Order: sequence, then C-alpha cells, then structure tokens
Amino acid sequence: MEIRWHGRGGQGAKTAAQLLAEAAMESGDYIQAFPEYGPERAGAPIKSFTRISKNPINIHCGVTNPDIVVVIDPTLLESVDVTKGLTNEGLLLINIAKPAAEIKKVLNFDKGKVATVDATSIALDTLKLPMPNLPMLGALLKLNPIVTLEALESKIKKKFLEKIGEEKTNANLEGVKRAYEEVNVSE
Amino acid sequence: MANRIALTGDQTAAYAMKQIEPDVVAAYPITPQTEIVMSFSQYVADGEVKTEMIPVESEHSAMSACVGSAAAGARTMTATSANGLALMWEIVYIASSTRLPIVMPVVNRALSAPINIHCDHSDTMGTRDSGWIQFYCENAQEVYENLIIAPRIAEHPDILLPVMVCQDGFITSHAVEALEPFDDKDVKEFIGEYKPEQTLLDINKPLTYGPLDLQDYYFEHKRQQSEAMLNAKNKIPEVFDEFEKKFGKKFDFVERYKLDDADIAVVVLSSTAGNVKVVIDQLRDKGIKAGLLKPKIFRPFPDDEIIEALSGLKAVAVMDRSESFSNQGGPLFNEIRSAFYESDKKIPIVNYIFGLGGRDIDLEMIESVYNDLMKIVEAGKINKKVNYLGVR
Amino acid sequence: MSDNKNGWKDIPIGGMIKKAGNAFEYKTGDWRVYRPVIDREKCIDCLLCWIHCPDSAIKVEDAKIVEVDYDHCKGCGICAEVCPVNCIKMEKEN
Repeated sequence: MEIRWHGRGGQGAKTAAQLLAEAAMESGDYIQAFPEYGPERAGAPIKSFTRISKNPINIHCGVTNPDIVVVIDPTLLESVDVTKGLTNEGLLLINIAKPAAEIKKVLNFDKGKVATVDATSIALDTLKLPMPNLPMLGALLKLNPIVTLEALESKIKKKFLEKIGEEKTNANLEGVKRAYEEVNVSE
Repeated sequence: MANRIALTGDQTAAYAMKQIEPDVVAAYPITPQTEIVMSFSQYVADGEVKTEMIPVESEHSAMSACVGSAAAGARTMTATSANGLALMWEIVYIASSTRLPIVMPVVNRALSAPINIHCDHSDTMGTRDSGWIQFYCENAQEVYENLIIAPRIAEHPDILLPVMVCQDGFITSHAVEALEPFDDKDVKEFIGEYKPEQTLLDINKPLTYGPLDLQDYYFEHKRQQSEAMLNAKNKIPEVFDEFEKKFGKKFDFVERYKLDDADIAVVVLSSTAGNVKVVIDQLRDKGIKAGLLKPKIFRPFPDDEIIEALSGLKAVAVMDRSESFSNQGGPLFNEIRSAFYESDKKIPIVNYIFGLGGRDIDLEMIESVYNDLMKIVEAGKINKKVNYLGVR
Repeated sequence: MSDNKNGWKDIPIGGMIKKAGNAFEYKTGDWRVYRPVIDREKCIDCLLCWIHCPDSAIKVEDAKIVEVDYDHCKGCGICAEVCPVNCIKMEKEN
C-alpha cells in the first residue's frame, strides 16, 4: 500500500507518514516513510510518503500511483494536483470543513472515494494548536484500518509522552478519536 | 518476527556505530554533515557509549583528527557527505596511504555547482582511486550490516585500509525503514577488540608516522597499497564466512537477482537496485528474462564475480549515478568493460548515466533500459554506448 | 633506483619508521661548502651555538663545547652568526 501526504512545512506531514509506518511495523508489516525534500521552509508545500507491505520493500523511488492521498492543508487544493496518479479505487482524504460530496464535485474527481474531516478545528478544540496531522491519521484509520486505532494510540503515546507530557499527548489522542468519528465520506 | 526498529538510513548508521562503539569519533557537526553524527552524538551525550567525540571545525580537520587517533591505536570512525568529503580529500588519501583502518559512513550526494543536496555518487566515485575500500548499500539493512562488517575488514592485519560505507542521500538516508538489528552482544563479539600491532603511543616501541618519502621509497609504499587492496579481495571472503557463522546471513561482493537464467541484465549500485528488482518482477510476468547484478563492494573491484555473473548474458546495461566526463561513460561502466577485455565472452555492454542531483529514477525509466537491451539483442549491435536516462 | 635498498615487501607499511633516532645514520656532513671552526681560546662556552644549531652538531660535555660533529654539520653558519665573541670562523672546505 502506498500513501501520499500533502501538507505545508511545519504541519507534520512527515511525522504523520512516519507514525503510521511505525505503527504498521509494530503490527508486523514492512514499512517505508520518507519526505520529498525541496527548498525547506515553514509554509512551503511538501509531500511525504508511506509504504506498507507484508513483504520486504525493494522499491525506493517516489510514489507515483498512490492508493491513498491525504491532504493536510486545504489551501493546497488550489495550487497542487492532489489527485495526480491516484488509482481508480483510490481514496482522497482532505482536511476541510465541507461535506465530501461537495469536494468531490469541485475537484471533478469521479474515480474514487473522497472523504473530508475538519481536522484543523478538531486540533484547535483539543490541542489548542493548528496541528491537524494526528487527527488526519484518526480519520484515515476509520476509512481504511491499515492498523487498529489502538495500535496508533499506543504508538502516539510511546512517541510523545516523554517529549510533550501527558496532558498534550491526551489532547492529541482526543483529536485522533474525534476525527475518527467525525470523518465524512462521499458515495 | 525478528526484532524490528524504525530508523532512517542515517539513524541506522548511527545505531551501528553505537553497537561498534569506536574509541574515537571525530566529525564536523553541521551541513554538509548528515543526521548520522547528530544521532551518534546523542548516544555519547546519553552515556550509551564511551566513545570520545571530537567535534572539529571542518571536514578536513575531522579526517585529520581521525588519522591522529587511528595512528594512536584507537578504533576510529567519522561520517561525511558530498562537499564535506570533497573538503577532506587531501586527508582521505593520507588515511589510506598511512594504512589506518578508519571506518566512515558516507551519504552519497551531488557535488556543487550548481548547488544541490540530493543523491548521486559523484562524491565517493571521485575518491574511488584514493585507496579506500568502498561498500554501496541498497537499503538501511545493508547500511547496518556493511557497517558491522567494515571494522573487521579494515583492521584485518593483511589489509589495513580504511572503509567507506556509502548510502543514497535522502533516498535511504532520510527514509524510515524497518531495521532488523543484531544483538549488541553478538556485534561486540564479532567485532572484538582492536589490537593494532604497533601504535604511536607505545613509548617502548617509538614510531614515526608520515615522514618525507621521496623517489627512493614512495613507490614501494604505493606498491604495498596495491598489494593491500589485492589482499582485501582475497581476505574479505574469510570475514564474510565469519559474519555468516555469527549472524546466519550470507555475504558476497555482489548480489544477483534472477540472473541465473536471464538474457538481459542491469548492473547498478545502491538503492536503485531495489527499483530494478521491482521492474524485473514485472518483466518476468510478461515472460521477459531480465536480471540484475548489484555490486555491493566497488573497491576492491569484484572483477571475477562480475565477469562470471554476466558472461552468459546477451546484453548488459550498466547504470552509473555519476558522470566521469571522460567521454567514455561512468566509472562502473568503465571498470566492467575493462574487466571484460580479458574475457573470452564479448557481450554488448551499454551505459546509462542517471539520477544526477537526485533526479528520481522511476520504474518506467528502468523498463525503458530493458526495452533498449531487447532491441540490442535483436539488432546484434549497440547504437549508442553512453546514454543519459531521465534528462530533458 | 639504487640497488641495495629494500623492496616493498621488506619495508614497514604506510611509511612508518619503526627505528627511533635513525636520522643519525644519515651523514649530512658532505653537503657542506663552509665548515665552522671554533677558536677555543676566544670561546666563552655561552652555548648559544649549541642552542641554535639546527642539526645538533655542536657537541657539549659538562656544559663546555668540545667539538663540531662534522658528520652531520651542513655548514649553514648559524653558529658563527649567533656567536657573541666571534670565535667561530666559516672556512671553505677543500
């Protein structure tokens, strides 16, 4: 499985790609997670990638035909072709406060499934910071149980408890759960 | 399931260094340095290793400090990349000529100008004649295993040459992969203690390193270096055997992928070999007998292994991630063609320069190389010896 | 190249010199054009020449200058230059 993440520098697209990979590895899969580095600065559009497989992963080039695309910043929809290479059965998950059906029409993306979740608002409610990356992971797992929600939660705890403390870690977990429940899917 | 940890290629190199626990690491701590030294210095700061860490003011000084440290009898490592390797160039030669078994992970990145920080092999291919042993790694696991085996090769009394362990900048250095490391204890046992025959600090046996060496002896010392590289070729398999005994994994100079019954094959170093394997699987599904040969060690050059592996083929494409500007193709191509001059088998060999400055090498491009090879087999001749793949 | 020197199999690797102090075996005295000659009558044993000699070719015993080591003196003349009583003359070699 190949996932492409679109975000802006500083929004945690690289972290999200890596967290999901690590959770999958702990569930027994082979993984790869890597960002596409360009001129790096906060706010610049960036891409990152996750590969997950039951077998060792040989391929090392960029992901061109992802199974899933996750858009962490809705403003990218205007400047970046986020559906590029997305396969027919593909899933496009976007952080935006609009119903999925509406976005599907706007993007003229009739091939696959579109899902939306207002992850920025969820992050502001829970974490009090505009960091939508972890809620996006929660929403993604609702649509495709790549790993269990519990596996992700345990990974987040392991990664963040020591670094940012219990209160913020719990706020992050709360955001993940809310996005998991609130994600909206087009038919 | 084996114990797996998620690390980038850089962190993997640092993890191997942690297990090796060299006596001294001297390194320049910022760009063009990579995350290797940052991660390793964290281990030092956390007290996980007893290594003496020497931060210096340039890569030139880093290798200079390594030369002093290794001459003093300490197991010594550093790490570098791209322009950093270029800056340490002078001392890179001094390290090998003084026969100091320094081990250095290198992250392969393009040399300026124009300024570029992404992957190609210009940096270490430039040092191919410096007398260092060179490993090239496909993925994080190979970075790890090659680094674990490197001190044993470098410190072998019949070899005593420094070793570079090269990995692809960003492609593997910044990608998180699942590493299956060996036990700390097994690594310690395999590497053992470094006991140099003689050191600069032994006051009972005074020793001078780095003297003036003019027309009368310099040539003899270079001849010794050639012999050491020849010894490396002959003795490295012994270390492979010990590695296999300890860790249960077979090691070789080259990796062959679906080569035994192949008609056409690609030869390529490092991470691109993984992409080629994916293409081979696709081609095999279509009934095309495609294969891969991946040299894991470029110095000493595994000529016999390469000739043996490629001799039965109908056409071969050598892919170089660096340009030598010789008008004769890239370095890997040149050495392979030269090796074949002695062989009875004359097979068509073409060269593809690719991926300079981090230009992505995707599956379609690799497939196009195999398509070209099929045309060469059909026509019985090569149209163009040196080709540029993926350039506009 | 000559002849009685060791080949690559018989010398230490990497340019290591394993025998300490072997520069003594290399006689540099025949490089000389002028030789220093000390007038012991005038010499005050200040040892300035001994300090300055780049080849340690001024031999001293019991804090007194005894002779010049002509096997290693290259005839640079520094001793004559620094002598405060001008007791060292540089004389042309024959």
